[in-house]
Amino acid sequence: MQAYWTLMRRELAGFFLSITGYVLLAGTTFLVGFSFWSLLRNLEGDSIPMPVTELFYMTAFFWLILLLAVPVITMRLFAHEKFSGTYETLMTTPVSDLQVLAAKFSAALALYMILWLPLLACIFILRHYTSDPTGLDAGVVGSTFLGIFLVGCLFISLGCFASALTRSQMTAAMISVVLCVSLFLVSFLAKQLPTSDWQAQVLSFFALRDQMHDFARGVVDTRPVVLYLSLTFFFLFLTLRVLGSRRWK
Amino acid sequence: MSDDLMIEVKNLTKRYAGHTAVSNLSFTVGRGEIVGLLGPNGAGKSTTMRILSCFLPASSGTVRVAGLDVFTESREVRRRIGYMPENNPLHLDMRVREYLKFRARLKGLGRKRSRERADVVMEQCGLKDVSRTIIGHLSKGYRQRVGLADALVHEPELIILDEPTIGLDPRQIRAVRQLIKGLAASHTVLISTHILPEAEMTCSRMLILYEGKILAADTPENLQRLMDNTSRIVAEIAAPEIELQECWAQMPEIEQFDVSPTDGEYFRCALTARDGIDLRPRIFALTRERGWCLRELTRKRHSLEDIYVQVTRPEEEEEP
Repeated sequence: MQAYWTLMRRELAGFFLSITGYVLLAGTTFLVGFSFWSLLRNLEGDSIPMPVTELFYMTAFFWLILLLAVPVITMRLFAHEKFSGTYETLMTTPVSDLQVLAAKFSAALALYMILWLPLLACIFILRHYTSDPTGLDAGVVGSTFLGIFLVGCLFISLGCFASALTRSQMTAAMISVVLCVSLFLVSFLAKQLPTSDWQAQVLSFFALRDQMHDFARGVVDTRPVVLYLSLTFFFLFLTLRVLGSRRWK
Repeated sequence: MSDDLMIEVKNLTKRYAGHTAVSNLSFTVGRGEIVGLLGPNGAGKSTTMRILSCFLPASSGTVRVAGLDVFTESREVRRRIGYMPENNPLHLDMRVREYLKFRARLKGLGRKRSRERADVVMEQCGLKDVSRTIIGHLSKGYRQRVGLADALVHEPELIILDEPTIGLDPRQIRAVRQLIKGLAASHTVLISTHILPEAEMTCSRMLILYEGKILAADTPENLQRLMDNTSRIVAEIAAPEIELQECWAQMPEIEQFDVSPTDGEYFRCALTARDGIDLRPRIFALTRERGWCLRELTRKRHSLEDIYVQVTRPEEEEEP
């Protein structure tokens, strides 16, 4: 446990000791701010029967942030250490692969959640200046953040996997972008097929876009929760096997 | 297996896809020894060290550190080892003291103990005045000391240093060497190098590795003596060439000779003695006797390359 906390703190500090953390924070703050601005423009018009979080979700910046920020966070996790050689000094200390993976994953997840804080700030601002607080129900905000957290878990585990495969951060970033984007595009593929097809049904289980839409609307369905968690564990398990592979190569 | 063995390597083989890095290696290192692994690049030094430090598994054979198997009891072994890899990778974005505390915590030391040990090793390695400097801003010599301090921070029983003085200037090399010597009292040390004088100065025993095999294992003095047995003497003498040739041919102590002209009337004679006899007094006596003028008389010290050539020779002769 000590090794886990030591590593996790070091990883998280690592983001802010390099420029990565600040660039990411600046980038997401800008995008969230931009979508907040367009959201306010929308609200000036006629009343819309949607929660604010759903309106935010509809601005398309949501997925942009997710698909860009996650690979940038995760690319350095293992690839950087392998490239600089510190992976060797790390793995020759009495820590287990699992501790290393858990520390890196949770540090990335923590940074990812920090990146979403500006959204929370926007919601509070809105709540403060609005006359009708019903559009900003705490439950809806909670379910949105639950969705953000779960999709984040899944994408970060994909990123961990990509980063463990290679020594190059660029390659790691590209692999995780490809994995994340293809998973995201599955939702559109399902729409193209006739709904009666079994393929369409299977694909619709992976329709992240619609599932996230539900979370933003305040609907928490257990099926996507189970899906995201099990996929996260699956990819973390694969990462663990990749880390262990040096022992049977 | 006895208690006073720190490292016990038996029939160690490591194959990478396509080539064998280490083949059927066996050696032991006792507690409190400083042993040098010597060999040219690609001889299998780093591979052996990586296996000892549990970073890579062996293809076959057993490796024990302090009586523990490096594969099945890897965590326990790693607790006992301080390892500094080749090129000394460090987290360049951390400060020296912060890095050493972080490493100590990773190696399982308590919070208070980590602080204490970080201070002790900084003192030991002469890092006191850079304790708050970012590692990336340090010179190579200082970084090397940070790597060494990291290897020492958890008071390991065995310290493994892969090329600890590579890329340092002579003054820094001396400082690092001094430091390693100072460790001898309380630790077992295994260092790798391809510089012979370095191993001579620091190690109590040397293992010469070549193409994944041990060619010779002995104290530096004995290895040197082995070399002296066949040492070459170079003498520059002003005398008729034919007389010189005859003279050498008649001397029973000389195994091989070669006479070549240099400037003026001098000839350069390269002589190889039989059975380690020191030819120099004989040659001096001879020139005095004949009234020849002797301009130079030197014994060629063997470089590491010569040792490789020397120890690989019998094998090459066996193979047609």
